[in-house]
Amino acid sequence: MSEKLHGFVQQLKEENSGWIVDVIDSFGEVTLVVPRESIVDVCWSLKTRHGFDMLADLCGADRGPEEEPRFEVNYHLFSTEHYSRLRLKVLLSEDEPKVPTVTTIWKTADWHERETYDLFGVVFDGHPDLRRILLPSDFDGHALRKDYPLRGYEPYSMN
Amino acid sequence: MGLENAIFESLPDVVTVKLDAVVNWARKSSLWPATFGLACCAIEMMNTVSARNDLSRFGAETFRASPRQADVMIVSGRVSRKMAPVLRRIYDQMPEPKWVISMGACATSGGVFDNYAIVQGVDKIVPVDIYVPGCPPRPEMLVHAIMMLQDKIMGESVNDRRDTYHPESRVSVVPGTLPVTEGTALERETKIEVAQNEVSRPYSIPSRHERRKSS
Repeated sequence: MSEKLHGFVQQLKEENSGWIVDVIDSFGEVTLVVPRESIVDVCWSLKTRHGFDMLADLCGADRGPEEEPRFEVNYHLFSTEHYSRLRLKVLLSEDEPKVPTVTTIWKTADWHERETYDLFGVVFDGHPDLRRILLPSDFDGHALRKDYPLRGYEPYSMN
Repeated sequence: MGLENAIFESLPDVVTVKLDAVVNWARKSSLWPATFGLACCAIEMMNTVSARNDLSRFGAETFRASPRQADVMIVSGRVSRKMAPVLRRIYDQMPEPKWVISMGACATSGGVFDNYAIVQGVDKIVPVDIYVPGCPPRPEMLVHAIMMLQDKIMGESVNDRRDTYHPESRVSVVPGTLPVTEGTALERETKIEVAQNEVSRPYSIPSRHERRKSS
């Protein structure tokens, strides 16, 4: 399974060597670490040339306030043509948690990016409607950040 | 000569009774709950009306999806902060007289969900008449709560209102949620003043007869 995926990785590297910073292969899953600027190009290439036509999931992660880079945005791609999965990972620093939107490529990224923005505060540049989606619209902070207090910030505390 | 004639002859022509007693008796015997199933407690609430426990024995089986036709709101489950303004609005839409049963640990106190997302007790948004403990409460406990509510109704007065126009009960702001009392169409047309102070209100609102009792 992963040989086939490494074939795609090789093709991507031949297309543009700057697209892939790192390749992580564990548990039979292949993850590509992609620089922030080229995520749209990589996604477009994977969708149009390599058959990864479906964005199965898009989610954020917080490695913790002491880590640098602190945030991840993970793109879980799936191909309905050759039935394989590939994960793209963009690493973001706490100072500038911004990444270009992929809503231009997959419409479904819209709500996923809103959720990631809502819970992690990652801003998706070019997103058509970047609002909160799960939490109340006047919510303070981003709830899934590691340094977010469990009961919320003080003026909003229920206790 | 049937039974009704025998009763008729044994009774006086006019029976006098306190208006409260008659009205309350009518009210308590036909409580129409508004479902507010929010979580797993709703399953027990459904079970309460089903054949085994049969809430209709106590006149409270007619669950209404529309708040306009409901008397008692059974808040069954955890209330998220995003749901809080919705719940308050539905409560405001219920006609008088109205009562609230807080079913289960989550609706009563937040339960195990002591976090930023869950309102720590529905009494921060609406005045609650009966609290039912349990996680979830058994259907018998909900039946008991209905019966307790019926007892409570018998002690009330027709004059009592949870009064939608009373400023203190109108304004109820949960921190971190949108204001829930921006005014209904009725208020705009009739130009009834709604209290503007939304900041320093107490979050639990005693119903009016409770306030009167304490003073």
